[in-house]
Amino acid sequence: MSHADLTISEAAAALRAGSLTAGDLLEDVLERASMTEADLHAYLTLDADRARVAAGRSDERIAAGTPLGPLDGIPIALKDNMCTRSVETTCASQILAGYHPPYDATVVRRLKEAGAVLTGKTNLDEFAMGSSTENSGYGPTRNPWNPNRVPGGSSGGSAAAVAAGSALAALGSDTGGSIRQPAALCGVVGVKPTYGVVSRYGLIAFGSSLDQIGPFTRTVADAATVLGVIAGHDPLDATSWRGDYPDPTAALESGVNGMRIGVIRELDGEGYEPEVTHASRRTLDALSDAGAEIVEVSIPTCDVALSTYYLIAPAEASANLARFDGIRYGLRVPGATTEEMMAKTRGEGFGPEVTRRILLGTYALSAGYYDAFYGQAQKVRTLVKREFAAAYTEVDALVSPASPTVAFELDARTSDPLAMYLSDVCNIPANLTGHPAMTVPVGLDSQGLPIGFQVMAPALGEATMFRVAAEVERQADFTARPELIRVSS
Amino acid sequence: MSWKSPDGWEAVIGIEVHVELRTASKMFCGCRVAFGQEPNVDVCPTCLGLPGALPVPNVQAIEWISLIGLALNCTISEQSVFHRKNYFYADLPKNYQISQYDIPVCHDGWLDVDVDGGTVRIGIERAHQEEDTGKSLHLGDGGRIHAARETLLDFNRSGVPLVEIVSRPDIRTPAQAKAYAQQLRAVVAELGVSDARLEEGSIRFDANISVRPVEQDELGTKVEIKNMNSFRSLERAVAFEIVRQVGEIEAGGTIVQETRHWDEEAGVTYGMRTKEGSSDYRYFTEPDLTPIVIDADWRAEIASRLPELPATRRTRYSDAGVDRQVAQVLADAAPELRGLYDAAVEAGAEPRVAANWVTGEVTGWMRREDTEVVSIDGTRLASLLAMVAEGMVSASAAKEVLDGVMLGEGEPAAVAEARDLLQMTDTGAIEQAVEAVLAANPDAVERYRNGEAKVVGFLVGQVMRATQGKADPKTANALLAQKLG
Repeated sequence: MSHADLTISEAAAALRAGSLTAGDLLEDVLERASMTEADLHAYLTLDADRARVAAGRSDERIAAGTPLGPLDGIPIALKDNMCTRSVETTCASQILAGYHPPYDATVVRRLKEAGAVLTGKTNLDEFAMGSSTENSGYGPTRNPWNPNRVPGGSSGGSAAAVAAGSALAALGSDTGGSIRQPAALCGVVGVKPTYGVVSRYGLIAFGSSLDQIGPFTRTVADAATVLGVIAGHDPLDATSWRGDYPDPTAALESGVNGMRIGVIRELDGEGYEPEVTHASRRTLDALSDAGAEIVEVSIPTCDVALSTYYLIAPAEASANLARFDGIRYGLRVPGATTEEMMAKTRGEGFGPEVTRRILLGTYALSAGYYDAFYGQAQKVRTLVKREFAAAYTEVDALVSPASPTVAFELDARTSDPLAMYLSDVCNIPANLTGHPAMTVPVGLDSQGLPIGFQVMAPALGEATMFRVAAEVERQADFTARPELIRVSS
Repeated sequence: MSWKSPDGWEAVIGIEVHVELRTASKMFCGCRVAFGQEPNVDVCPTCLGLPGALPVPNVQAIEWISLIGLALNCTISEQSVFHRKNYFYADLPKNYQISQYDIPVCHDGWLDVDVDGGTVRIGIERAHQEEDTGKSLHLGDGGRIHAARETLLDFNRSGVPLVEIVSRPDIRTPAQAKAYAQQLRAVVAELGVSDARLEEGSIRFDANISVRPVEQDELGTKVEIKNMNSFRSLERAVAFEIVRQVGEIEAGGTIVQETRHWDEEAGVTYGMRTKEGSSDYRYFTEPDLTPIVIDADWRAEIASRLPELPATRRTRYSDAGVDRQVAQVLADAAPELRGLYDAAVEAGAEPRVAANWVTGEVTGWMRREDTEVVSIDGTRLASLLAMVAEGMVSASAAKEVLDGVMLGEGEPAAVAEARDLLQMTDTGAIEQAVEAVLAANPDAVERYRNGEAKVVGFLVGQVMRATQGKADPKTANALLAQKLG
């Protein structure tokens, strides 16, 4: 077996025991990437040279008995919307082709300080806008379980890399399901922490009030480990949480006996594939068998969460993406005047989905339309928060499918934006509320495609969320690996 | 300047003032705030608008805008909110400005303005916190944007804390506009929160002007004028614009809502190519920042740092008996001079006299010596004034004593002694001099006795001359009168 298939905790134990070096671990991961990348295109930049230097340093520290922590020597990939000093960062957009940031995002700095070996930058939907990674300005990523299928998105590259073993973990960002939906479609664990728990400094903004960075891993415990490293107050992010931080590992082994777990009634029914619904019911039964009380909860605003999100996120994006004007960095298309240069640069640099959302957001904020669209959306967002807060007075955690469907075929939804937007219907409420939510793989459907289950908790309730997720993982005992790996290994 | 409003018309004027704060660092990042640096040295990912960078508010700036608000009698919002103001411009790196919209830090205050011998209360609608833009340098014909071949950008100023103070439309005349601007500048300078230099652009004034028939309540269409680089140009521009608008209406035209620029040399305002229409800035709450919360404790702590303001000082001086005009001059004088006045009064000097000396002789001496150092303390000034009051030195000799003291020659009494400036208090010696003068000037004595009374003045002068100015003129006068019979 390749070391690329180890979990973080297994790899860390082997590194400590001296039975594995960080250098060898990295080479196995790079070898896996070299075998799978032609099919998957999970990476936009594979940074083997810097990774080898970092792995060498890890080995020196481990040999000296002074490792930096549980991630020292662990190969981890980054979604390419996180700034990395001197390493090209494109957001999968042609408008940022060749852009080398002069600074590291806070999460990147934290991973480096923890000794992680950063393998490179993964593919995404341009500016994280999409649910299939087909909107990348550099070509799509494919699903390791079936390369004719999408990996989900927007963090499809990160999800695919972890599923394929071209990284042991990866960071993604989740504005409206962009970690949890691809985690579901790729059969890995994906976590969106409470808004404010992980610094956004250096994350190229999409919807600032919704964006949150989180980990992809193959186990719940590994996700807790990575989250523990990247979480923490950051003085460079004014929205960073200032109080005590939750310990995601606190209750991993506690089980769910005596907990009340709510199933959201609105996240089921039409549009949900029967096998997805079935897998969810099976998981609920297992949780019940493990001692949890399962109750049905109604959160009516879940039905309007999607449309609310598609006003707020594009509105914020329309301002966030205004800075890409060809003046200071990235693409510049010449024009006769400054205004023409800006317009041409943006016209040619942004892809169609990004352009659509900028237009949507600009419209929603315009005089005469603000009250009906953006203003109204903010009010509904308040209602969504209120309903979830009320639900959490009744239950410890909420659960739902992580995606209404398994991975769909490439091009299946590209010509129908609304169908694509519906891919995230289960995930978006937690972005609107800022609450933590995560995906745990619970099985494969009859076509051999992964099915994910979503666990949600109140703000800063990461310990509770991981406690439930760990039980889901134990009950599902999901150990399958993609065919692709077996073929290429 | 002499000004008369066009007959039958009233102008309604509001002024927007932008004040750059001289905090150590910028509004939302740690970059230095400095004037006159090489281009693009005080920059970082945040103030360059690099992808992924985030703003973090400068607490010093928040305290300083609160201080400005308190000085302008504003209410300080317990919770205020930042908004994004969206517009594309090359020197605005994010293509939105972080500003405030419906809930500014300060609102509903006023400033009392002394003008034309009276006082006018100008309402302050709001003072809000925002960030400055970078600077564009247009290379090409005339430095104008439309003729530019190339544009250079300097982002040193990008993100410098900017406070915008918006007056209510309570201003009616060019003189009021100028006085409001001057006194607002004095307040800001007093608080020490800005360099407040017009020539460096650290304080900038825009005026909104409309006109209406005096009997009409409804406001006319307002025009914004920009680019006034001095108080005088503000006054001239406002005057020009009022006359222009009245002329336009009286000629049957209408006023277009627009932004006009003041051309200092031509002395006119001119419209920009009007394409702006009503700009839609698409304001929305800045999601990267949380609300600014200023609770009662913090507000009180800030208020405790509020210094005495010029208007308050002026009243205090006047109440102590200082002449109105002198009080005004002293209120606006350098802190060292005001300190000298306060110390001299503390040491027993009469306020009116002390104020006259500080704004007159002391200031004059410093100007002649081209120094800003006040080399006399309050105790010495008080004792000098006491010597004058007691007749120990004459008023003219006292100026020489002051010169000696300020040159570092010691206590006033010692200087007077050393410079031989003490008045003769020995009546015998003066009497001797009087007799000698009378003996030496029989003609004058004769003329006096023939009724030519004004000759006394000449004789007193002769006595003063004989005593090298040290005789007390009153004593000399009395003795002369007595001897002449």
